Amino acid sequence: MPKVIHVTGDDVSTDAIYPGRYMATVLPTETPQYAFANDADFNARLKAKEFPAGSVLVGGNNFGCGSSREQAASCLKGYDLTIVAKGIARIFLQNAINLGLKVVTVPDVEASVGDELELEGDRLVNRTTGKSFAVVPLPKARQAIIDAGGLIAYTRKRMVEAPAR
Amino acid sequence: MGKTVVEKILARAAGLPAVSAGDVVEPRVDVAMSHENAALVINQFLEIYEGTGREAKPWDPSKIAIVFDHRIPAESPKTATNQKRIRAFVEKHGIGRFHDIRGDVGGICHQILPEYGYVRPGQVVVGTDSHTTSHGAVGAFAFGIGATEMASVWALGAAVNVEVPRTIKVVVNGEFPPFVGPKDLILHLVGKLTAQGGNFRVLEFHGETIRRMSTSGRLAVCNMSVEAGATSGIVPADAETLRYLREEAGVTDPLEPVVPDPDAVYERVVEVDVSRLEPQVACPHTVDNVHPISEVAGVRVHQVVVGSCTNGRLDDLEAAAEVLRGKKVAPGTRMLVFPASGKIYQEAMAKGYVAEFMRAGAVVMNAGCGPCLGVHEGALGDGEVAVSTTNRNFKGRMGNPESEVYLCSPAVAAASAVAGVLADPRKGR
Ligand code: SF4
Repeated sequence: MPKVIHVTGDDVSTDAIYPGRYMATVLPTETPQYAFANDADFNARLKAKEFPAGSVLVGGNNFGCGSSREQAASCLKGYDLTIVAKGIARIFLQNAINLGLKVVTVPDVEASVGDELELEGDRLVNRTTGKSFAVVPLPKARQAIIDAGGLIAYTRKRMVEAPAR
Repeated sequence: MGKTVVEKILARAAGLPAVSAGDVVEPRVDVAMSHENAALVINQFLEIYEGTGREAKPWDPSKIAIVFDHRIPAESPKTATNQKRIRAFVEKHGIGRFHDIRGDVGGICHQILPEYGYVRPGQVVVGTDSHTTSHGAVGAFAFGIGATEMASVWALGAAVNVEVPRTIKVVVNGEFPPFVGPKDLILHLVGKLTAQGGNFRVLEFHGETIRRMSTSGRLAVCNMSVEAGATSGIVPADAETLRYLREEAGVTDPLEPVVPDPDAVYERVVEVDVSRLEPQVACPHTVDNVHPISEVAGVRVHQVVVGSCTNGRLDDLEAAAEVLRGKKVAPGTRMLVFPASGKIYQEAMAKGYVAEFMRAGAVVMNAGCGPCLGVHEGALGDGEVAVSTTNRNFKGRMGNPESEVYLCSPAVAAASAVAGVLADPRKGR
């Protein structure tokens, strides 16, 4: 069952997730090394592959606010983390869906590092505390992109179906 | 039922008779803007075409704009190589709206687009930059997207699966007191709405204060709408919009302003009276941590920054130069000035502002993003404090998580440079 590996406060910006000084690095294969680079300890633990795929980062309100830099989503996708946050800023949410990073909005979530979380339909259950919380559905407009496996695959399919220019 | 301005713009762009908040639409895109992150857009764009047997060609190069601003001149071989790749792509596909590192036509993307008349009322504008909200200042629906989404726009010519946002109507009335202006208004509003108060929503601006406001001021207000989390800020086009586009941007072709219906349905209405507003300051480390100057004056300042897409225009430089006139930047404080474009730089020279800055001890650097995003120049030392006319003060924004950034107007920034501490420009006059 997926475990919580990190809990943040509110308003974690994309500057915190992927600092501006690394923005010349763009390829999704290269961005993970700089995830949360200003937090040396967490960054080192990510790079050491301490956390299995599916591990959960719990964010507060307005997670991913600020810059549209897509590296903030691709660097977390590189570790296959799941983001559970009380609120997620629009562009980050959109980038995450486009890249296939799993994001879940849970306004009342209560979880600590080490807790085991599980999605059950439209609820998130904290198996450690026994509490469960309502999940806000993703914007309906985005479901087709998730179903296609990300925006690149979705656009490729749309383009191939369209008459050639 | 009446429609908001964004509902009307999206209906038109999607070829539908009408749309309402919550509908999912695919608006065709009129302007697709990127900066140095076009390097990633190109990468994703080519990936879309992989294995399709089709030639990777953007849908309409005349609708793409690419402006180098974030790291100019390049600070590293990596950036320089990204810029080189982008130039080759621009050349190959005949992208005409390309603004390279130049003193004449270069500048910050959010200044270049209005300055050259690329954005018009009623358009749908997307940009791989969160402050694309700026372009709502000329009555366009403009919003930030990621690089992969831009690659999809380059391929399809439309933004796919856009949910029509709800709109908050912001009505601003009253006359600004001396040394209080658009930046103070938007800082105050972000404080009031909070950093996530506008998430997934549009801010539509109305009221006599907005009507009287110049396009430069409207650009600052729409620019920072994203700091309340908003998808976009928009001032429905009016007489000032047409004046700006005709007289300043040199637009000669027909313009079709789109305005909201009088009975448009808003999620809520927020009213602001600016007649008693003090100069406002956003304190570290969130943009909605806003206080009047009287509560925070006196904080020791090491670096003052005047510039950016928020406040790097001619009237901003004028306000700062006025405060500096006959004074000096305090010892122990350094002041950096970044005009928002080459054109503004030249105008500021002609008006004597550049000479005034240099005489006072400020350093005037090339047009561009400068130290705003903490990557290129003007980094802060551990424990240092910056007072800046930019739009973000997140921890580490100016390159050092051990520093602090306060956001304010050009007048407050200049007064603080003279005093060496956060200072009220209304004092000592
Ligand atoms: S000036 Fe700052 S906020 Fe504006 S586009 Fe450049 S980096 Fe972004």
